Amino acid sequence: MIASDALATREAAEQRSPGRTLPWPRARLLLALPAVFFVLFIAVPVGALVVRAAQSGQLLATVGQPVVRDALRISLTTSLATVAIVVLLGTPLAWLLARGRFPGRGLLDTLVDLPMVLPPVVAGVALLMAFGRRGVLGDALAGAGIDVAFTAKAVVAAQIFVSSPFYIRAARLGFQGVDPAMEEAAAIDGAGGLRTFFSVTLPLMLPSLVSGLVLCWARALSEFGATMMFAGNLQGTTQTMSLAVMTAMQSSLTTALAMSVVLLIVAAVVLFVFRTLTRQGPLV
Amino acid sequence: MLLSRRASALLLLLAALAVACGSSGNKGSASTNVAPPSAVTNATSAAARSALATPSQPVAGTPARPTPAAAPVSGTLLVFAGSSLTTVFNQIGADMQKANPGLTVKFNYGSSAALRTQLAQGAPADVFASADQQNMDGARQDGSIDGPDLLFAKNKLIVIAPKGSTKVQSVQDLAKPGLNLVLADPSVPVGNFARQVLGKLAADPVYGAGFDQKVLANLKSNETDDAATVATVQTGQADAAIVFSTDVTGQAAQALSSIPIPDQDNVITTYPIALVKNAPNRAAAQAFIAYVRGPQGQATLKQFGFIVDSSTGTSAAMSGAEQRRTAE
Repeated sequence: MIASDALATREAAEQRSPGRTLPWPRARLLLALPAVFFVLFIAVPVGALVVRAAQSGQLLATVGQPVVRDALRISLTTSLATVAIVVLLGTPLAWLLARGRFPGRGLLDTLVDLPMVLPPVVAGVALLMAFGRRGVLGDALAGAGIDVAFTAKAVVAAQIFVSSPFYIRAARLGFQGVDPAMEEAAAIDGAGGLRTFFSVTLPLMLPSLVSGLVLCWARALSEFGATMMFAGNLQGTTQTMSLAVMTAMQSSLTTALAMSVVLLIVAAVVLFVFRTLTRQGPLV
Repeated sequence: MLLSRRASALLLLLAALAVACGSSGNKGSASTNVAPPSAVTNATSAAARSALATPSQPVAGTPARPTPAAAPVSGTLLVFAGSSLTTVFNQIGADMQKANPGLTVKFNYGSSAALRTQLAQGAPADVFASADQQNMDGARQDGSIDGPDLLFAKNKLIVIAPKGSTKVQSVQDLAKPGLNLVLADPSVPVGNFARQVLGKLAADPVYGAGFDQKVLANLKSNETDDAATVATVQTGQADAAIVFSTDVTGQAAQALSSIPIPDQDNVITTYPIALVKNAPNRAAAQAFIAYVRGPQGQATLKQFGFIVDSSTGTSAAMSGAEQRRTAE
């Protein structure tokens, strides 16, 4: 599909402006070869998932099962909570990283990005060592009456830890991309700090914020290792879609396939909606 | 136009190639795996045999055993084993490599249920050792097993708690409201057995009807295998779990206290082992199964806390003679 679309587009372009194509036609073929291989590498597994799930003939029956509905509910609520918290707490941090001039900024930058390169299982162990019942802050938390073990709060904590860098990075780049002269101009025209932010800075950086938001949400939705390690795996409480797929793999490939396809559809729809919004909406 | 036609032809060709690779992937890798090891076997077995022929060869760790009877095997052996076998199979693998220069034993540990799925998807394994009969039978139904499956060990369950726990000191304590209990998922052998034990306890007047319900009300997580279950108690996140008695070894033993479950309420579990269909290294697979069920393997299993008896292996005197006969 995608490959043929690309070909069609290229043909159209060729007809419109033959002068702008590459001087050596074979060069394009050489470029197309690795590209096609790569597209197939992504498309074949995704297609195989759908084909096998459809072949099992129990896709719809499985989707209605309580275990799938519970997992979908928990995945959506926890990942949305994660995104909300990351935006709320991460945006000021991104601004500091983009505009602030203070000692140790580079170090802070690295620290913020660190969870992105850590294997999720390591993130899970780190969270356990910090906030677990026997963790460094375990006693303090217990003293305050906070016990996150085996609760949805732990799921959200794991997701925030692994997914926040995706938003903060994008937001920092967004802030850096806004020319301070524009903000100064708004200030000269008499706009206050808040007004400048919401009517000048925010609209200018919105595309990068949205793409960071989507990446952050996608990472939270797909989170598995840290959640398993830190929050546990119980249907209706902490079992997200990823955990449910993993658990189902142990006993029923059919259920695992059906759940994978549900997750695939949810993710594809959200990605599509966001892409459409950022391309055609007032955002760009 | 010409170019685009050529390009689409190329696309088609690529797609066909990809499909062809995808469908024959497993068979292809299996057959390529078979060829080199057998070549290696022929090349090295003569040398290995002459090494065996030299008298008074040193035998590490195992006193007074019959002369090594099985013909030496070589190549790479891939064993799929339930994760409760991790420590003991690592030892047995090392022992076998020592006795068979040129043999590399590799293990893939996981829940027996997950391993069964991997086998059904065509994983190129040689041996499957399951932590229960159910998954072995399932693997056979999938068409993953070749020949009979043989019993090689037994195990039973215990309750574990973090060392020095004041919350859990007896089996009865599992029903205390508010306890954080973790079990392996019901699809995992140890998780299934744990629930069977709870059922038996509920039938025992000492614990009383409804005991299993009270305990399961404390369930906070279904872990993916017994290693993960033990780790969750070890880190203190959970107050208790029900696992195999053999799961508490090494470092875990220092961090955990074990509470025995009375025999009449316990589940004695059995471990079957079998040759995988189309095993890339059939000879080594058969040697491994014979070793595990032979006197040395049985001794090692016993040393790691497994229950061995006449049903799990051949007795030392018999197997020596038997194996020598088959080797000739």
